[in-house]
Amino acid sequence: MSAAADTKPPARPRRIPTGYLLLLPGIAWLLVFFLVPTMQLVATSLYDPAGSLDTGYAMTWSWSNYVDAVTTYQEQFVRSFLYAGTATVLALLLGYPLAYAIAFKAGRWKNLMLVLVIAPFFTSFLVRTLAWKSILADNGFIVGVFKALGLVADDGRLLATGVAVVAGLTYNFLPFMVLPLYASLEKIDQRLVEAGSDLYASSFTSFRKVTLPLSMPGVVAGTLLTFIPAAGDYISSELLGSPNQYMLGNVIDNAFLVQLNFPIAASLSVLLMAAIVTLVFAYVRRAGTEELL
Amino acid sequence: MAGARPETNGGGADLVLRSLTKRFGDFTAVDDLDLVVGRGEFFALLGPSGCGKTTTLRMVAGLEQPTAGRILLGEQEVTGLRPHRRPVNTVFQSYALFPHLDVFENVAFGLRRRRVRDVKAQVEQMLGLVELTGFVRRRPGQLSGGQQQRVALARALINRPQVLLLDEPLGALDLKLRRQMQIELKRIQTDVGITFVHVTHDQEEAMTMADTIAVMRGGVIEQLGSPAELYEFPATTFVANFLGQSNLVPATVADPVGDSLVVDVGGERLGVPRARARAVKGRVLVGVRPEKVYVSAAGEEDTAGNCLRGGRVSDVSFTGVSTQYLVAMPWGQELMVFEQNTGARTAFAPGTAVDLHWAREHTFVLDGAQDIHAGDETYAERTAAGVASPGPASAGTVT
Repeated sequence: MSAAADTKPPARPRRIPTGYLLLLPGIAWLLVFFLVPTMQLVATSLYDPAGSLDTGYAMTWSWSNYVDAVTTYQEQFVRSFLYAGTATVLALLLGYPLAYAIAFKAGRWKNLMLVLVIAPFFTSFLVRTLAWKSILADNGFIVGVFKALGLVADDGRLLATGVAVVAGLTYNFLPFMVLPLYASLEKIDQRLVEAGSDLYASSFTSFRKVTLPLSMPGVVAGTLLTFIPAAGDYISSELLGSPNQYMLGNVIDNAFLVQLNFPIAASLSVLLMAAIVTLVFAYVRRAGTEELL
Repeated sequence: MAGARPETNGGGADLVLRSLTKRFGDFTAVDDLDLVVGRGEFFALLGPSGCGKTTTLRMVAGLEQPTAGRILLGEQEVTGLRPHRRPVNTVFQSYALFPHLDVFENVAFGLRRRRVRDVKAQVEQMLGLVELTGFVRRRPGQLSGGQQQRVALARALINRPQVLLLDEPLGALDLKLRRQMQIELKRIQTDVGITFVHVTHDQEEAMTMADTIAVMRGGVIEQLGSPAELYEFPATTFVANFLGQSNLVPATVADPVGDSLVVDVGGERLGVPRARARAVKGRVLVGVRPEKVYVSAAGEEDTAGNCLRGGRVSDVSFTGVSTQYLVAMPWGQELMVFEQNTGARTAFAPGTAVDLHWAREHTFVLDGAQDIHAGDETYAERTAAGVASPGPASAGTVT
């Protein structure tokens, strides 16, 4: 190396920030398999409804598709959110005590109980819902007991009712509620609860003022993970309900695959997506847990 | 166990523990503990980790149920009461501040639970006392360690508890801040006049702040008294080594009669006032604090006090305030001497032959049947690391 070269300022090594490199595969995947299909879906929702697969579709910015979708299927719309909301509340009521017990009271059974919570995932969603169909069957044990207790009329049934669909949704999404709840409860420092009781809070007050607020990130995550897929579900209503219990998922399924009415199916999909995103935003803002998330 | 049942200093008893025992399975954490803490006292429970001091504190708070024994606050029996029904508050070791509440709500927590009125004025006054005015809307996560410590203190103190419990409250702070908070805590305690029970493993912290110290070891109280009492006349080798440093030399009692006990250390005779002897016959340990010892060149001085001759300086370290000598004695033991740097003379070089002198009334005598290194943490670390210790390890007779 010559003396002249030594006087040059050393070349700064070019560095590509590792963070961006790590993001690349995920971004590429989402671009191809999420962003492009979503744009295609939005485009389809604005096609001329007069077209068909044989004749092809024309892009006519037919906003009327949305009006048609809402007026025709508003019943299923409302029902989707009603069922999903009910199932989410039920899953929270069942899941919170369960997650609390696993986190604080299970002792050496903790891991076994966690495995049991996720055990249903070892079989498919479809098979489990079919099993519920036979559990709730008209001549089954449950209906028999309910009739004996007078909870179901003598000629009544559970299958093909809203109760069956909500029960199926609650069951299927319960693990998605329990796991985030458990994760957030488990990391709460028990000394905080001790501090609460040291500062004149009874067990219940300590729970209300310390444990519950600190578990809110788990509540928010659990309710979102339950509500979002439940609102778009169509298996439970298909197998445990009748057309009277159909949710938006069934309508979209039918429009895409049976009626082949792509513009209506697409506009329903976009509406469902938009509605869920709006609800989630409003909910997260209201829950006010940004700082804890 | 040394030290009789303590008397309270005038104001009456605020906290009384009677035969308090806590077992975890086979392990006895606190063993038949009797203790009386006087009203308005700053009381320290001092001991190494695992000595049962925190368990004792948690039983007083109600966070742990005693296996046996009773706890009284003044006249009130609280042994079976739930924590939230006891008029005590705790400053926790890791502060345990509520992360979801701001400083104001953390401090107001206890008042709100008791539905006290004028919460705002009280919280503001308390934050003034701990010098945190202006931080009311911050979350604990946005505060420094020292500020969090003050919030924890304010959160407990605002309830005006009958007894305030402090569990290693300064343990997480750095040295400088710890010194500052020690003075601060003492000031606040004097201001509010509440009884403080302070658990710590830091002997300097206990001595700086406490009116009375109970030294705990293995679930029992080893010695109880004022910091000066414990330091000047320790009851056991454990206290002698755990509170500051001590020179402990194996000896035999040569003459047990008279006002002054005469003991024999390798042929040299040392005198000890009888009142400062915990044992008066057979094998004993003669003790003196390093700063009480005067080092002179061999044969140079002849004082009326105690004198051990034939030493050789093996190590000199300069710490600024003082010079610390290690002096190897003829029987192989190394003794410590701390000499203040008055500048009156130059330090002795390693290898110099020296004699050690000290006053008789600074000498104390302990029972020779004890472990000479009990409570000596640096010795414990050295032996655990497998390094052979200089000097004899056992308390045998020196010939």
